[in-house]
Amino acid sequence: MNILNLFVIIPLAMLLALWASRNLRQIRAVMVTGSSLLLALSAYLTIDFIIQRSGGNTAAMLYCDSWSWYAPLNICYSIGVDGISVAMLLLSSVIVFTGTFASWRLKPLTKEFFLWYTLLATGVYGFFISTDLFAMFMFYETALIPMYLLIGVWGSGRKEYSAMKLTLMLMGGSAFLLMGILGIYFGSGATTMNINEIAALGNIAREVQYIFFPLTFIGFGVLGALFPFHTWSPDGHACAPTAVSMLHAGVLMKLGGYGCFRIAMYLLPQAAHDLAWIFIILTTVSVVYGALSAISQTDLKYINAYSSVSHCGLVLFALLMTTRTACTGAILQMLSHGLMTALFFAIIGMIYGRTHTRDVRQMRGLMKIMPFLAVGYVIAGLANLGLPGFSGFVAEMTIFVGAFEVNDLFHRTVTIIACTSIVITAVYILRVVGRILYGEPTNEEHKQLSDATWDERFTVICLVICVAAIGIAPMWVSNLIEGGVANIISNIQP
Amino acid sequence: MEFTILILALPLLSFLVLALAGKQMPHKVAGAAGTASLAVVALLSYTAAALYFGAGRGADGTFATLVPCNISWLPLGALSIDMGIMLDPISVMMLIVISTVSLMVHIYSLGYMKGEKGFQRYYAFLSLFTFSMLGLVVATNIFQMYIFWELVGVSSYLLIGFYYTKPAAIAASKKAFIVTRFADLFFLIGILIYGYYTQTFTFTPTETALAGAATLLPLALGLMFVGGAGKSAMFPLHIWLPDAMEGPTPVSALIHAATMVVAGVYLVARMFPLFIAFAPEVLHIVAYVGAFTALYAAVVACVQTDIKRVLAFSTISQIAFMMVALGVCTSADPHTGGLGYMASMFHLFTHAMFKGLLFLGAGAIIHAVHSNEKIHMGGLRRYMPITHITFLIACLAIAGIPPFSGFFSKDEILVACYHFSRPMGLFMSFVAALTAFYMFRLYYLIFWGKSYYEEQLALYNAGKCSKAPHKPHEAPATMTAPLIILAVISCVAGFIPFGQFVSSDGTAYSIHINKAVATTSVALALIAIFIATIMYKGGYSRLTRGINRNLRGLMSAAYNRFYIDDIWLFITKDIIFNCISRPIAWFDKKIIDGSLDKLASGTQRLASLIRPVQSGNVQSYSVWFLSGAIILILILIYFA
Amino acid sequence: MIIPAQYFLILSAVLFFIGVFGFFTRRNLVSLLISTELMLNAVDINFAVFNAYCHPQLLEGYVFALFGIGIAAAETAVAIAIIINVYRNIHSIHIKKLRELKH
Repeated sequence: MNILNLFVIIPLAMLLALWASRNLRQIRAVMVTGSSLLLALSAYLTIDFIIQRSGGNTAAMLYCDSWSWYAPLNICYSIGVDGISVAMLLLSSVIVFTGTFASWRLKPLTKEFFLWYTLLATGVYGFFISTDLFAMFMFYETALIPMYLLIGVWGSGRKEYSAMKLTLMLMGGSAFLLMGILGIYFGSGATTMNINEIAALGNIAREVQYIFFPLTFIGFGVLGALFPFHTWSPDGHACAPTAVSMLHAGVLMKLGGYGCFRIAMYLLPQAAHDLAWIFIILTTVSVVYGALSAISQTDLKYINAYSSVSHCGLVLFALLMTTRTACTGAILQMLSHGLMTALFFAIIGMIYGRTHTRDVRQMRGLMKIMPFLAVGYVIAGLANLGLPGFSGFVAEMTIFVGAFEVNDLFHRTVTIIACTSIVITAVYILRVVGRILYGEPTNEEHKQLSDATWDERFTVICLVICVAAIGIAPMWVSNLIEGGVANIISNIQP
Repeated sequence: MEFTILILALPLLSFLVLALAGKQMPHKVAGAAGTASLAVVALLSYTAAALYFGAGRGADGTFATLVPCNISWLPLGALSIDMGIMLDPISVMMLIVISTVSLMVHIYSLGYMKGEKGFQRYYAFLSLFTFSMLGLVVATNIFQMYIFWELVGVSSYLLIGFYYTKPAAIAASKKAFIVTRFADLFFLIGILIYGYYTQTFTFTPTETALAGAATLLPLALGLMFVGGAGKSAMFPLHIWLPDAMEGPTPVSALIHAATMVVAGVYLVARMFPLFIAFAPEVLHIVAYVGAFTALYAAVVACVQTDIKRVLAFSTISQIAFMMVALGVCTSADPHTGGLGYMASMFHLFTHAMFKGLLFLGAGAIIHAVHSNEKIHMGGLRRYMPITHITFLIACLAIAGIPPFSGFFSKDEILVACYHFSRPMGLFMSFVAALTAFYMFRLYYLIFWGKSYYEEQLALYNAGKCSKAPHKPHEAPATMTAPLIILAVISCVAGFIPFGQFVSSDGTAYSIHINKAVATTSVALALIAIFIATIMYKGGYSRLTRGINRNLRGLMSAAYNRFYIDDIWLFITKDIIFNCISRPIAWFDKKIIDGSLDKLASGTQRLASLIRPVQSGNVQSYSVWFLSGAIILILILIYFA
Repeated sequence: MIIPAQYFLILSAVLFFIGVFGFFTRRNLVSLLISTELMLNAVDINFAVFNAYCHPQLLEGYVFALFGIGIAAAETAVAIAIIINVYRNIHSIHIKKLRELKH
């Protein structure tokens, strides 16, 4: 049996087991077992993938398999992974694993929460292993829908509004996407839904590509927080419960970037080359605009959500540069942003769980009250602003060096504009750190609060280790990714 | 020379141990661990230096550049970021400087920081800083340098903000980081250009790559200099350094006087061969920026009242001297135009020692009187003899009085300036005299004049003051020992034949004192000291008060640092924050988000418009049905 | 004497539209029921008339008319039962009061 199937089977089994479980202990047991299994599986897959690659296996995708699902429309359940998907699977597993611990004490309706949570994870895993357009789309939707309930039921603040907004915007994106997918399918002669086969055919007419590339790119771009379709992100993140924010910013937003790269750019290469400049402008705006709006926010989660807009903008920005280095950087940035933001949202959730406010003006001197969380926040902040030794630096530098490889004035200018985000990032991160962590505690109620519990510490430490691991030894990740990137990029050259 | 890897590994290890397990350690253990690892590092550095320079010159008359280890850390397309250790004369010299000053600061801090909360954290950060700074100087390529450059920035941030409950410290740490980050942006862009056009991140691109990159190299180097100017506090990016004095004083000595702030100078020196070959005009811009900064900082230093701020501005001024020295070079030949390079490095070396000493002395004084303000000092020479003597030595050194070390290095700089052009030489001589003036103003106000303690004591004894003043006392041995060691170094360092080790093209160069320049500068310095003596020896004399009264406008402008900080504050707060960021946030909320909300509410309104039709009233449905049927029938009849 | 078919058709059309008018305008459930019956009967007449005039040898039209009458009877029974129940519950058979199922 193909081990990739396990990525869908394990979550499905978890769903069944959760459904059958009777008490909190059993629920936790199921979640921990399941997510650890997934983590172990991804780790095994990563190692095995690297071994196979170094053993000289140069196929574009490994572990390929396909089962016909609905023959009249050529829909198959076909799976396969390249370096990019392996990295994304690893990321998802880490976030799902740590997210479980971040929602260790979640109440009420714990069982239902984890049911939806696992269903979301199923969609995410399915999306990353699929190589069939339809199957990908289906898993994509599977990942989106639970978000509505997770935010609407377990969220805080204006949760119904945010949940609705998020779902509607992402569904709007899906509508574009569906058009795009159908366009690709029929444009390529309606013979196959398999991505690799369509790419190999490469027979979509340029004019057709011009229509469907923007549709597909925007469809995925909505999820990747592309300006001006990003506004679901601040509200959605702010209202979502901790683990959902983590999973959403950490993994779900990566679906957008991944889809843009794997479907929009890979399958519509000529349009991707010719129309890139429009989206480069939009993403450059995203990068700077997100960072600048983050400066004047007062809600911790909003700050982070806008920072996500900026960082995810950088992902799409780099992808559109279509140089090998820049795209490798984009994937690295996806990984790094996933881990860092998950860390950030985890800590913000933990702080919020104690102070019951996320308003930076109402918190002060948390370093004295909850040193562990405060140090965690500082580390997350430093990672976010691109300190060497953490993943953010590696990703950003790869992107900038890669973007600089495109030698014309337009690309140079936007690259330099995008570079300024590293300064702006420092401003909003340090502003918050200085404001809420340092100083003397002023709020009497806050002085009674406790520091992190063991499960929270575990979450934070796991994520910090991952962020630092990529930051200190980036080579293995970038090697892992590069093969997959090269394959897609070689398709794009005009 | 593979053992040099330990020079980096040990501080890193000590950082990790102290950061992770420091909380469980008693203060003494943590301090001892940090200091011990640094002592080993210092020993290794000296050994490395001895071996390196002991190996002698190669056939071409230069010391060979050694790369004991170099690994590819991150391949980036055609380029690659490497991590390694490179030993050449200036990096070895920097190893000595950093490990010496760092060791002194580690020892000194055992006394200075005794009993402070967060003692272990302090040592952890010191180790982190030392690691980063050492990594910076031994970098084998510009990108590794940038990486460690960022790391020193963050350790500086952490150390400035060490007293994290103090608002001023928080603001200062933030400012320091952001200002240097802003400059680093230019550095990064410079690196990107450099890397793209020379096809390498190493310091020695191939000839063909260089030829192809010649047109854009000046731009790349200029941008790198902006990065260096940020870190080295050149005008107008100097604003963070005086505020950075909010950190613990030993930190100021280590980071903001001796090592990190000279990173910019080191960067320019590192790129010097390219500067001189491809961008001499940029080098001259460096000189002019440096010269202006030197004067500006010296003038401001003359009127500050916080002793650490005086030292901070003096640091800016002295670093500017080094920049000027590099900038006035016209060729790589040490005999014709490259004297400034050697002089700059020499001054970097001596300055690190005497400025470190000054800061540590200031720390001892602050430790004794619990204040940074000059008003609370005065007459301290009787209470703190060791500090007094060592401080005086440092003052003489920085003022450029022979035979102290500052004289030799500054003299070389002035000679280089006179080589470049006479106005530059005269200008720098004047700034040098100003240096002597403000340093001795500081010295007299601290150690001479009326004793604040005695005045307060008299008041207390007369019953006019309720609290007994704190009696100043000499610092403990852990603090005085480093002072003495550094004072000794400051006395003798001038006699090191520096040109034998470091010179612009690597060949040996013997320093000779230019008698004319030396006599004028010494004479000017002596006159300046004399004026300072008259004005400040007995506290503020009548003459001083008179001068102050007549130059009130200038004095207050200088005291407020010529309002440069306010201009920056205006730009950042009023323009960027209020005029850009706020409107963008508003735009996002109202326009982008608003239009989406409008879309949603529009849909809803449309729905409510259609809704009455679905009344649930069968009668109205049947009316619709019937009329629809009739219309259809009519259409069928007439059109079909 | 053969009565022209139009007469029957006019009768049934008039009956039908009386029913329609009643259905549209009345608010009483029983009146509505009566209106429905009128319309049904109009249709039954049409069935019978067309059968008699177009296919005199066949019986389908009459059968359908009988079916219609049968169904109308059954429907009336059900409707009356519902109306009685409605009356028991809300003490009115006015159609505007029957809003419970809305929203």
